Amino acid sequence: MPVNANRTIPVADALSRFSRSWKSAALALAVGSIMLIVLPRVLDDFALVQATVYAVMAILALSLGFVWGFGGILCFGQSAFFGLGAYTYAIAVTNMGDSTVPFMLAIVLPAAFAAVLGYLIFYGRLSDVYMGVITLTVTLILFNLVNSTAGPEWKIGSAALGGFNGIPNIAPLNTPGNIDDVISPRGLFELSLAALLGVYFLLRVLLAFKMGRVIVASKENEQRLLLLGYDSRVYKLLTFVLGAAIAGLSGCLFANWGAFTSPTVFGLAQSAQIIIWVIVGGPGTLVGPVIGCVAIQWLTTQIGTQQTINSNLVLGAILVVFVLMVPKGIVPSLGELGMKLVGAARRTRRSADDTRNVAQDDTHSASREEAA
Amino acid sequence: MLEANGLCAGYGAIPVLYGVTLSVKSGEAVGILGHNGMGKTTLLRTLIGALPATAGTIRFNHDDVTALAPHARAKRGMAYVPQGREIFPTLSAYDNLRLGLVKTGRKPEAAIDALLEDFPRLRPLLDRAGGALSGGEQQLLALARALAGEPSMLLLDEPTEGIQPSIIEEIAETLVSLREKRDLTIVLVEQNLDFIAAVSQRVLVIRRGRIGDEIPREHLADLDKVSEYTGVHA
Amino acid sequence: MTQPLLETRKLNVRFGGVHATRDIDFTLAEAELRCVIGPNGAGKSTFFKLLTGQVKPTSGEILFRGKDITAMQPHEPARLGIGIKTQVPSLFNGLSVWDNVWLAARRVNTPMQTERVTREVLERVGLLSHRDAITGLLAHGERQWVELAVVIAADPPLILLDEPAAGMSDAEVARTADLILEINRRHALVVVEHDMSFIRRIAKKVTVLHQGAIIREDTPERIMSDPFIQQIYLGKKPH
Repeated sequence: MPVNANRTIPVADALSRFSRSWKSAALALAVGSIMLIVLPRVLDDFALVQATVYAVMAILALSLGFVWGFGGILCFGQSAFFGLGAYTYAIAVTNMGDSTVPFMLAIVLPAAFAAVLGYLIFYGRLSDVYMGVITLTVTLILFNLVNSTAGPEWKIGSAALGGFNGIPNIAPLNTPGNIDDVISPRGLFELSLAALLGVYFLLRVLLAFKMGRVIVASKENEQRLLLLGYDSRVYKLLTFVLGAAIAGLSGCLFANWGAFTSPTVFGLAQSAQIIIWVIVGGPGTLVGPVIGCVAIQWLTTQIGTQQTINSNLVLGAILVVFVLMVPKGIVPSLGELGMKLVGAARRTRRSADDTRNVAQDDTHSASREEAA
Repeated sequence: MLEANGLCAGYGAIPVLYGVTLSVKSGEAVGILGHNGMGKTTLLRTLIGALPATAGTIRFNHDDVTALAPHARAKRGMAYVPQGREIFPTLSAYDNLRLGLVKTGRKPEAAIDALLEDFPRLRPLLDRAGGALSGGEQQLLALARALAGEPSMLLLDEPTEGIQPSIIEEIAETLVSLREKRDLTIVLVEQNLDFIAAVSQRVLVIRRGRIGDEIPREHLADLDKVSEYTGVHA
Repeated sequence: MTQPLLETRKLNVRFGGVHATRDIDFTLAEAELRCVIGPNGAGKSTFFKLLTGQVKPTSGEILFRGKDITAMQPHEPARLGIGIKTQVPSLFNGLSVWDNVWLAARRVNTPMQTERVTREVLERVGLLSHRDAITGLLAHGERQWVELAVVIAADPPLILLDEPAAGMSDAEVARTADLILEINRRHALVVVEHDMSFIRRIAKKVTVLHQGAIIREDTPERIMSDPFIQQIYLGKKPH
């Protein structure tokens, strides 16, 4: 077939290729592992506790980053699964004592809930807009439901739901089988960061194989996917359920972190925050939402220490600025900047070497190299 | 009417046009032939301003339009019918045409009626949503819409694609008569040799992002000769 | 009498006040190559969409190897063995050419086979040099070929091609015709096209659609000399 190989072929730029290769995963895991080993030794307990919540929320950010950035599912209700994870853990551990089963339930229950909700949405072939509206509504319903359970009659087993007061004194995770060996602040940090790295690794592996590739394709062009014989509903449902499980894990760790949970975990503000983290950090990447989450959380903490500016105002302004001026988000934009600098350095080196005129064919090969 | 000099353009880091130089007289119809990926669509998009030129100049009616946005070029009389038609699918065919008229300020009923004289096949389709028309019908609509704005120059990207043979003949006749009646300048990118020969006075070749030789009219009917001009395949 | 590969019985569809498909009885044998022609708006693309399940008929049946596929979910006809290249190329634009073909092949092959099949198909269509190209950035005609590769990769017994030669130079059209004939050795094809020289090169039998109905089915030569068809479709020039 006469395809003209003599022209410049539009390939993906170096940054995209890097971020899709195992190298970027290895780099991220290496950096994370170093932090896992070093940080507990250099940070005091207070800073470690701060770092823990960053890691825990980063897991939540990852869940939406995967479901939305890769699956194309704009779920406004990740906080619903987050909250379900927190509450499930709290209630289960109060009833059972040993934390092993509660930990697992905190992941399984949100996933099961997502399976039912997802089935109704995807198999009912509701459009994307409905996905957003329905998940948002579910979050609101859960918030209102749990918020109104303040009276002592509201309890599951021996756990009082506490309504707007929440559930205090949540028993922390213990070594499976040994109720008295509870996790320390340092241990919780290590567990949270390890969980973050584990989830990141799992998602990278998933995206490299068939299921991940089909999920990404579904976001690209669902019609073509169907015409190739793939049942997109199954893949979307699996994506949605996995995202919920990860959010549930995050919720469980969050309940541990504060030894407390309240209906705000289901709040609208929480849902919106997750979306902002992903947008600012860089949808379409996994590292982006993590960075976005940590950056914004840190910023919010800093702003919270002073009274002049309302932190929500700042968050809103950041969102507007990013959407208008840095639409790709922090991580891809920084990456592009880095590539430009590397490219400029390469060009000055090359033009210093090349003194003869570049012939037509050389122009072609040079430009293909630049595109590579 | 149109003068492009040393035009360069591309997509991100990928250059496609390597210094295109093209000159079209007022009222002339120029055809551009070339294989896939040689830059035909990129050239037209750069001329209308949908793609920024990274180097070179474009002069339209003696004015430098290189830095102008597409709508500014359209106001000056350039019209573009893209490959893929780009009909507004949720608007009716009639409304699509009305949109084309907006910049002329003319009253729609009379203007569209006059337009439909040249495109009678669109009459029964006026109420249908653009997206409900067949591919070929959309192509006709896109052409009519571009002409609704009474342009002085028409840039056409493969206007015969998806059109049945009898209508291709009609479009060729329409374009030739419009050129004569309204002194319309036409830059036509096409693969259909018969069509390009019928409509254009000159046929140029685009090859690897550069405008090459003119193909003499007598060679246009000979496939092998044309292949020599457009480039041997890899 | 062997079972036809594809059969439609009194297929009808109406939408938006348009009777787009009227009582179509269409039969195709295994490994048959048929061309479908007709004026713009005759319902050719709609017919294809009915076959793939993208559009549901108002009445009538579609049988694939004797099985009723009329009411199936959108992904099921493809699973049974119907592949389509749509009129406007429908591809994963953000993904590379390789990834597009890979996805098509992966559904019917093991991971290892998929690598081999993807490579073979790209070589066959002549796109191996373009394997890393981002599909959405390719020229229109190149994307037509990518879609062709994608359809072949899943190896379906029935391949529908909606205007496969659009946007191609005459030389490229000739090569596409050769490729189609080669594919026809093991696959049935239904090709919608307007290029009569292309059709004459590949088809022994042509179906003519007009205003949603089949008005004629015959050899290309007889179709082209039919005065009515010349009037509504072919025009005055000899083809």
